[in-house]
Order: sequence, then structure tokens, then C-alpha cells
Amino acid sequence: MLLALIAWPEHALAHVQTGEAVGFLTGFLHPLSGPDHVLAMLAVGLWGAQLGAPAIWLLPIAFPLVMALGGMLGLVGVPLPGIEYGIAMSALLLGAAVLFEARPPLAVAAALVGFFAIFHGHAHGTELPPGQSALLYSMGFVIATGCLHATGIGIGAVHRWPWGRALLRAAGAGIAAGGVFFLWKALS
Amino acid sequence: MKRRRLCRRSVPAVAAWVAAICPAAAEAHLNSTGMGPLYDGSLHFLTSPEDLVSALALGLWAGLRGADHGRRALFVLPSAWLLGGLLGATAAATPDSAVGSSFWLLLLGGLLAADAKVSLRLTTVLAACVGLAHGYANGAGMGAAWDAAGALLGLGAAVFVLVALSAAFATSLRAPWTRIAVRVAGSWIAASGLLLLGWSMRSGWR
Repeated sequence: MLLALIAWPEHALAHVQTGEAVGFLTGFLHPLSGPDHVLAMLAVGLWGAQLGAPAIWLLPIAFPLVMALGGMLGLVGVPLPGIEYGIAMSALLLGAAVLFEARPPLAVAAALVGFFAIFHGHAHGTELPPGQSALLYSMGFVIATGCLHATGIGIGAVHRWPWGRALLRAAGAGIAAGGVFFLWKALS
Repeated sequence: MKRRRLCRRSVPAVAAWVAAICPAAAEAHLNSTGMGPLYDGSLHFLTSPEDLVSALALGLWAGLRGADHGRRALFVLPSAWLLGGLLGATAAATPDSAVGSSFWLLLLGGLLAADAKVSLRLTTVLAACVGLAHGYANGAGMGAAWDAAGALLGLGAAVFVLVALSAAFATSLRAPWTRIAVRVAGSWIAASGLLLLGWSMRSGWR
């Protein structure tokens, strides 16, 4: 009886945003369900950790904003060619940046990350399922992406040790290899 | 014997646990707590993310700017919210606030992410605008002004508590990385506002 009582479903009614997204949890899980997105987000965090301040916080601030802009473009129907290639290339190039410990000027790093963020945002913006609360869905989506960045930065903390640097470069190689795989899949 | 006593003692705990996690219908305008309009108003604010996150962003941003900005936001925002609510309660039509919500989230999240340094006067004006706009939207859905007054008072009290906590929290931050973490949260709020704007545009500026 207790179990039945707990599991008994009831309606949730909202008022401001109607009929567009299915809530925070769905939004939160959506970015985690795509391995291409996960790899690229981890790479952003890892690269930020390698570059240190101010890139370590500038990249995770810039990415969600530009990604949301890409999502908005997708939502209003602005077409973006080669989305799958862009996403695959993001994992490939960001993984390569981690592998080679690339240290471009901050503006170049931010522009590169921002450029790929448009593709990720556009893809996920057009994939969003119909549901109920657009704001909660959007917040879940953005927070999950931010958590992936934070995970990458957390893992990147091993950069201070020599073995950690080697480990990060190996992780970058793995991400770049994943990018090659996704690119091959997109081309075939 | 001991086991039986333990079982008997655990019955209220199990009942409380079940009551706590039992899913209940979530309703807007207004959520009924069964404890009167004051609590209904507070609960309405706490269950409306577009209001809650805007007030949180303003509180954090004012707190990052310093104690004087935090204090100003603490008193101006709830007062303006209350005033806007009373004005809204006398309005004939309910304004559509999806686009408005996305605008405020974008603006306040952007200010927080950029750690924008502004004068105390501008903080006051911004807090007043945020309060009036959100309060008006809240009040417009509450019916007659006299009935809504209690709920708006509860709502204003909840805004006051949230701004007090968030501004005090942000003011107390000293380590650079903690301030950066708050700014990252601001970028998330702005990004959510941008996506919400996309949703609103897609559904025909509903």
C-alpha cells in the first residue's frame, strides 16, 4: 500500500511556459546521453585546466552562453550546415589541443570553443522533445553541460604532477580518437 | 521486546517519510498550502523558477558588488515586488511573461557572469524594475487586490529572505575561485534565459 501511495502519479500544472519541454531532469539528462557532447565538454574542462587562469574559468563561462545562442538559433529554425561534422570536429580538435597542450592566445582559445559551442547548442536545440517547462528544461540542459566542464576541470587538476600531465595528454588522445570515430560515422 | 519497541517507534518516522515523498499535484496561481494566503504566496514564489532565479541572480550580483549594494537590493526588491503585485492585482488582463522572464534572466545572469561594476543608484533602479515587473506579473494572476494582499505579503517576505541569504552569501565570499563559481552560475542563468527566449520565439511569442 505504501509503495502504491508513493508511486501514485499526479498531474503537475505550470502556468508561464506551456507545452514545450519536460522538465529539469529531462534537460539535465539530455546532454549526458550523447557521447560526442560528453567528450567535447570534458575536453573543454581538461583544456581549461591545462591553460590555467584565466582560461580555466573563462572557457566554461563562454561555452554555455554561446551554446545557448546556438540552441536559440536551432529553436527559431535558423539552419546550420554540417552540424554532425562540427560536433565531431569539436571532439577531434579540442582533444588534440589537450593532447599537444596547445597554448594559443586566450581570445583564440575562447573563439575556438565558442565556435564549436554553436554546433552543440544548435544540435541540442533542435533535438529538444515536447514537454512542459521550457525554463526548467533549459536550466537542466545548461547545468549538465556546466557539470561536464567542472568534471573536466576536476580531472585536469592532476596537471600539477608530471604523471598527471601524461595522463591528461593520453585523455586528450582518447577524446581526439573519439572525434575521429564520430567524424567517420558522420561521413559514412 | 526491544525490537518491538523499536518497530513501534519507527512507525511515525515511516509515516512522516511517506508523507514527505508522496507526490502531490503541483498547481500554479496559487499553490494551496492550506495555511492561508501568506504561506500560499511564499510557496508560489518558491515554486516559480522564473521568479526565484531572477531574485537569486539579483541577490548574488548585489552581494558580489558589496554590502551596501546588497542592503539596497534587500529592501528595494521586495518593496517594489509588493507594489508591482498590488498594481498587477488591479489590472484587467494577465500579461504574458515568458519573453519578459527570458529578458530578466538574460540581463541579470549576464550582469552576474560579467561581475558588472555599477553605481549604487543603478543597482537601486534595477532592483526596482525587477521587483515591479515580476510583482506585476504575479499580482495580475491573483484576482482582486484585497484577496491578493495577503499572498503578495507572503511572496514579498519570501523574496526578502532569498535576497538576504543570497546577498549575504555572495558578500562573504573572499577566495577568488568562489567568486568565479558564482559568476559561472550567472552564465548558466543567462544561457537558460537565452534558451527560454528561443522557446518563446518558437511558440510564436506566447
